[in-house]
Amino acid sequence: MQKPRLYDHIVLLFGVVLMMGPLVVAITTSSYLPEHIHRNGMQLGWGGHAAETYWSVLTKKGGFSEEVTGLLMTQNSFILGLGFAIGKIIVSMLAAYAIVYFRFPLASFFFWVIFSTLLLPLEVRILPSYEVVQGLGMLNTYTGLILPLIASATGTFFFRQFFRSVPDELVEAARIDGAGPIQFFIDILVPLSKTMIAAIFIIMFVVGWNQYLWPTLMTTDETLYTLVRGIKQVMNVYIGANIPDYNEALAMAVLAMLPPALVIVIFQRMFIKGLVETEK
Amino acid sequence: MTTLRIKDVVKRYPNGALAVKGVSVDVEEGELVVFVGPSGCGKSTLLRMVAGLETVTEGEIELAGKVVNDTEPADRNIAMVFQNYALYPHMTVRGNLAYGLKNRKMPKDEIAAKVDEAASFLQITEFLDRKPSQLSGGQRQRVAMGRAIVRDPAIFLFDEPLSNLDAKLRNQMRLEIKRLQRRLNTAAIYVTHDQVEAMTLADKIVVLNAGNIEQVGTPGEVYSKPNTTFVASFMGSPPMNLVTAHADPGSLRIGDVTYECQTPVSGPVTLGLRPEKIEFLPNGSGLPFDIDTVEELGANRLIHGRVGGVDLTMNVDAETDVPVETARIGFAEKSMSFFDPETGNRI
Repeated sequence: MQKPRLYDHIVLLFGVVLMMGPLVVAITTSSYLPEHIHRNGMQLGWGGHAAETYWSVLTKKGGFSEEVTGLLMTQNSFILGLGFAIGKIIVSMLAAYAIVYFRFPLASFFFWVIFSTLLLPLEVRILPSYEVVQGLGMLNTYTGLILPLIASATGTFFFRQFFRSVPDELVEAARIDGAGPIQFFIDILVPLSKTMIAAIFIIMFVVGWNQYLWPTLMTTDETLYTLVRGIKQVMNVYIGANIPDYNEALAMAVLAMLPPALVIVIFQRMFIKGLVETEK
Repeated sequence: MTTLRIKDVVKRYPNGALAVKGVSVDVEEGELVVFVGPSGCGKSTLLRMVAGLETVTEGEIELAGKVVNDTEPADRNIAMVFQNYALYPHMTVRGNLAYGLKNRKMPKDEIAAKVDEAASFLQITEFLDRKPSQLSGGQRQRVAMGRAIVRDPAIFLFDEPLSNLDAKLRNQMRLEIKRLQRRLNTAAIYVTHDQVEAMTLADKIVVLNAGNIEQVGTPGEVYSKPNTTFVASFMGSPPMNLVTAHADPGSLRIGDVTYECQTPVSGPVTLGLRPEKIEFLPNGSGLPFDIDTVEELGANRLIHGRVGGVDLTMNVDAETDVPVETARIGFAEKSMSFFDPETGNRI
């Protein structure tokens, strides 16, 4: 390996500034009072009102109905993110298991049908999806929020590739050892896929956490609002001559960023392992 | 008592390919039978049908007196050792050994006793709590055998178990497998493409070629009395010399020279001669031999040359003086094998 040179560091530092800059500005600005921000724009210094701002974001009952707090929104975001990620993993693992290990007619046709749904993202099928959820009476429920999103072509594809790389002898050894299909799945395949599951969990959790359009349509009840939606709501308080709570909106944006960032920091080693590991 | 009876078994794949074309073999109690043949000869398919991993198209497989054609592998009372070991990578050695027993709903203390017994038998007790990835090839091989032993099977099935090991370890493990099988006195089928493994391990060798049995016999029989030219050229290293010749009463014509000997046949034949059965004769007798190359193997020498324009290899021990360029050679009448040049069958 080449010795790192000054030039390399400059490039890296530039990248860090480019990506972290806006975040730093958001954090510093959120420590000012809204009037100050309104008058002077974004701030780089430290305003000294951070604690009270963040406290109020987390606990103040806001919104139109005055029922929802930042904590509740965080909880909702977690439910959506976790439900989305875990649901996707379960569904796509089962789908991939069926496609790889069972010889049923048109297996590869079905795989490509699943795969072609990549061409139809949520935004394209949002009206029919809404219709279905509404028809099932699941508007304003967590189930309605999560269930229509958990089919995943990407996840199925990843697991399919992974399962295909598991040696056939392992299946045969398990058959001789008396493990049926379900037992093989639980005892052998799931533990083997551990790193793969972690990798997909991270991606899907972040995607689920960041959902905006779907929750906006599915939930009108403010107690089901997620953090990502809450940011918008804080800004939506133009009543008379009120100034929007810029500081609170920024604080909420920072809060909304934390959990996905933490998940990645904590799981990144497993994440990389899951994507590059070849030894089985 | 016959442990396993394979009766007229045929395997046809859905695409129409005929992998096994009606094969019958018996495995007696405590017998080690080796299926040997080149790749694609159907030996692995046959073994996998015995294991229940492939369906049987036609014929019957009878294990301990019961037809098991439609029995699940787990219920067949067999144990298989795979080429790449197929150990469960996420389980410890103990977990690997115990998994099959756990699925049989055996009580925990009984499993533990079985696993410990098998482990001490195979000297892997100190590795019981390690993962397979922390073991060497030979150790993994032992674990795979341990997994087979704990099941107390009626028959062991080995599918080229040594081909992933280096040469030195292979010889050692080969010996271990033989000892193990002798001590357990359990019937076994061992599939290999390596004729040395086949010769050293087998009580009975089954030579397969293109889905058919070419010969069944003891290693000695298969070696010295091959049924076909295929067996003659496949078994033995270097293989048997196969020479086109013409047999007349009292002589044998090879290329443009004649060897005086009594032959049981006459007419055009393929003459089979084991390289070590050919010896040097004093000048003036036997056949003229133009020496081309000498390969030094330490204990013996391989001498390649030509007799009457036909290639021939002889195998002599290292003490024998090798003449320069030309020599006279001969062979005993009883060491000659004759094959029909058309069909390749022994005459």
